[in-house]
Amino acid sequence: MAESSAKAFVQRAMARRELTLMMLLVVLLVPITIRSPLFLSPSNVNRILNDMAILAIVAIGEFFVILSGGIDLSVGSIIAFTGMVCGMINESYPAISPFVLLLIGLSVGFFMGLTNGVLVAYGKIPPIITTLGTVNIYRGLTFLLSGGSWVTAHELSVAYIAFPRNTFLGVSYLLWIAFAVLGVFYYFSRYTRMGREIYAIGGNPTAAKFVGVSENKIRVVVFLVSGTLCGLAGALWTARYASAVNEMATGFEMQAVAACVLGGVNFSGGAGGIIGVALGTLFLGVVTNALPVVYLSVFWQTFVQGLIILIALALNTISDQRKHRRMLAQRRA
Amino acid sequence: MQEAALLEVHNLTKIFPGIKALDDVHLTLRRGEVHALIGENGAGKSTLVKVLTGVYIPTSGTVTLEGREVSFKNAIDAQEAGIVAIHQEASMFPELSVTENIFMGHHLRHPKTRKLDWKAMRNETEALLSKMQLDIDPDTLVKNLSVAKRHMVEITKALSLDAQLVIMDEPTSALTSREVEDLFRIVRSLKESGKAILFISHKFDEIFQICDYYTVYRDGQYIGEGRVGESSEDHIIKMMIGRSIDQLYPDHTPQWGKEILTVENLAQLGAFKGVSFSLREGEILGLFGLVGAGRTEVARTIFGIDRASEGTIVFEGRPFVPKSAMHCMRQGIALVPEDRQRQGLVLKMSLTHNISLPVLKLLSYKGMITNGKTERGYVLEHGQQMEIRAAGYHVDAETLSGGNQQKVVLAKWIGTKPKILILDEPTKGIDVATKAAVHQFICDMAAQGVAVILISSELPEILGMSDRILVMHEGRQMAIIDGEEASAETVMRHAISAVVQQEASNG
Repeated sequence: MAESSAKAFVQRAMARRELTLMMLLVVLLVPITIRSPLFLSPSNVNRILNDMAILAIVAIGEFFVILSGGIDLSVGSIIAFTGMVCGMINESYPAISPFVLLLIGLSVGFFMGLTNGVLVAYGKIPPIITTLGTVNIYRGLTFLLSGGSWVTAHELSVAYIAFPRNTFLGVSYLLWIAFAVLGVFYYFSRYTRMGREIYAIGGNPTAAKFVGVSENKIRVVVFLVSGTLCGLAGALWTARYASAVNEMATGFEMQAVAACVLGGVNFSGGAGGIIGVALGTLFLGVVTNALPVVYLSVFWQTFVQGLIILIALALNTISDQRKHRRMLAQRRA
Repeated sequence: MQEAALLEVHNLTKIFPGIKALDDVHLTLRRGEVHALIGENGAGKSTLVKVLTGVYIPTSGTVTLEGREVSFKNAIDAQEAGIVAIHQEASMFPELSVTENIFMGHHLRHPKTRKLDWKAMRNETEALLSKMQLDIDPDTLVKNLSVAKRHMVEITKALSLDAQLVIMDEPTSALTSREVEDLFRIVRSLKESGKAILFISHKFDEIFQICDYYTVYRDGQYIGEGRVGESSEDHIIKMMIGRSIDQLYPDHTPQWGKEILTVENLAQLGAFKGVSFSLREGEILGLFGLVGAGRTEVARTIFGIDRASEGTIVFEGRPFVPKSAMHCMRQGIALVPEDRQRQGLVLKMSLTHNISLPVLKLLSYKGMITNGKTERGYVLEHGQQMEIRAAGYHVDAETLSGGNQQKVVLAKWIGTKPKILILDEPTKGIDVATKAAVHQFICDMAAQGVAVILISSELPEILGMSDRILVMHEGRQMAIIDGEEASAETVMRHAISAVVQQEASNG
């Protein structure tokens, strides 16, 4: 009995995307570390993690939208708008606490996500179309707000710029925030009724409806989560890059989606996990940072990212099809 | 007329894992003949059509077409051999024109340039339509045509493919009587031009009106055949239902409590009307009818998925307007839907999560499901009650067999402690052992005082389980029959509305 359950546990672990990704990461790290032993030095690891922290926060929001069967293309523009709002407020009120700026970012993102969600749930506009519209609207609002100008480093307060870099127990605030978001939403996805219902809606909206899950509510919530996390990311972005630029985070939605897909989140909804998303983000980070090590110029960066996404999606599809065929063989069509 | 057969089916068997959909069946079709294929739901008619049109590959047996043995690997093979099916739900391209639809997949090309020759196709379409005396513009978009005309276009397409055998699966289900006449006119002209027509219908008046010959299947088996003119309706009904109820149903001594649900003159536009019944605690009400009778729609309306357009519902002595599934569940009504995979389960979720989904509210505190132990305990309790066989409760629902999936669906609902349990085709497509388990489950629920509405297309199941039987035909309530007094024949007569004539003569 114990033996068979141990075997089942191994089989379960093998079938999990998280483990495969972890092994891939190790396989990738071995040659890189041989080539450049410093790659895994504490300072470099710390640098990579800090580089990926904002992406991780945004990818977690994107995860919930994809999990529910949708997609949020507006994340980059929400970051830009909230980042600009925080930058301009900081410029006008240099004494403002960075914490207040984070709260402002969160709230602005909250309402932008709410708009997306309401349009999808009650306007019955498919998520891809809704956010294709709002990605431009939010970016346009950013330009309108700033009048096209930037907020540069010397216009921001020292406290704000220093905030993400400050450390607590040797770990930067930025990383602490990313880990906190990870923890909270790991719990949310696995141990709350709402989290479970998001999986149900993404997996089978009809069956979910039959057990009384409110589809509209879930659709609003996932965009709300995504928008709020983007708002947080926007506030952090301006501080970390010490400027608020109208074009900031352009195309960031693609990286967020990529992290989810790499992490094994099912693109049609209903399957995936936060740990996978975190590993997917880390994977992207390692690859990006490893390029110089293998003497590939940074110009290859987007090319390689695209390639990885395609390979990951192809692998997902192939393994899904295989699983499906096996099941069809077992069961009546 | 009595020439050599166009199509012969011999000893055909089709086995799906766990189920024999067709068991050694026969069928002979001659040119110039309209042949009715008759049977209850699940008799194997649709499976046969799918074999003949190349969708399924038979497990064993032969199909011969004009004396040559054929085996179709796909739908195109069958089409090229001259077998075309007109589907229940027209499979057309609504945004394309009539001409484009008719020539989809076999476009005509200009002999020299190899370009698509739309002019020739349009002319051809016009010729075919006028040959059939149809007043349809070849350039109209199909979405602008009535259902009847879409059928006609499908038949025209069959002709353009030079079909020798046209299969019509319930072709009249969505047509008005006027349109049915038009259809029959075309069927007759097909017949005169020497085509064979396989006509699948539940409506006896139509069968007697248009068909020459019939074959009856029951439970995937060949029962018999004959000339329509030489057989009485009674005789055919007996062939459809004449099985001995060999399956044992669990003992169920009705212990009725007070009346819990009264439905008065319930209607939903276009689906059903005039449904009235009452239900007592501990009672099992069977809801019987053939395809298109409107049973599922009644269930969905009571469960708040669809809205009623007329009528009243009284639940526990108070007027009740079902607002949503959520609302009904809170009040204690549960619906186990017919299609487990599409409506009953979230296939990508584990058994645990599927079973606990309807009761998350009870298992959580302020929205948090912190106590995994409570959830696992709950799931285990109800899973064991249903004797689910699986590698564990952590596996995804999609890995289970149909029977076990159904047990998961039922386990899901026990815990909601429903006062009224509506089961839509709970034993469809599952093995005998699971069927027995489901029947036992239904009786257990009734014994606990739950009022059960059992929707089923299986007559023996309805007869074996129900305290009373409500029979529907094409959206109308035909009768409520006491379970003790009900015979297969009376129920089936109501279900095919053969009783209408009788009542008319009585009245």
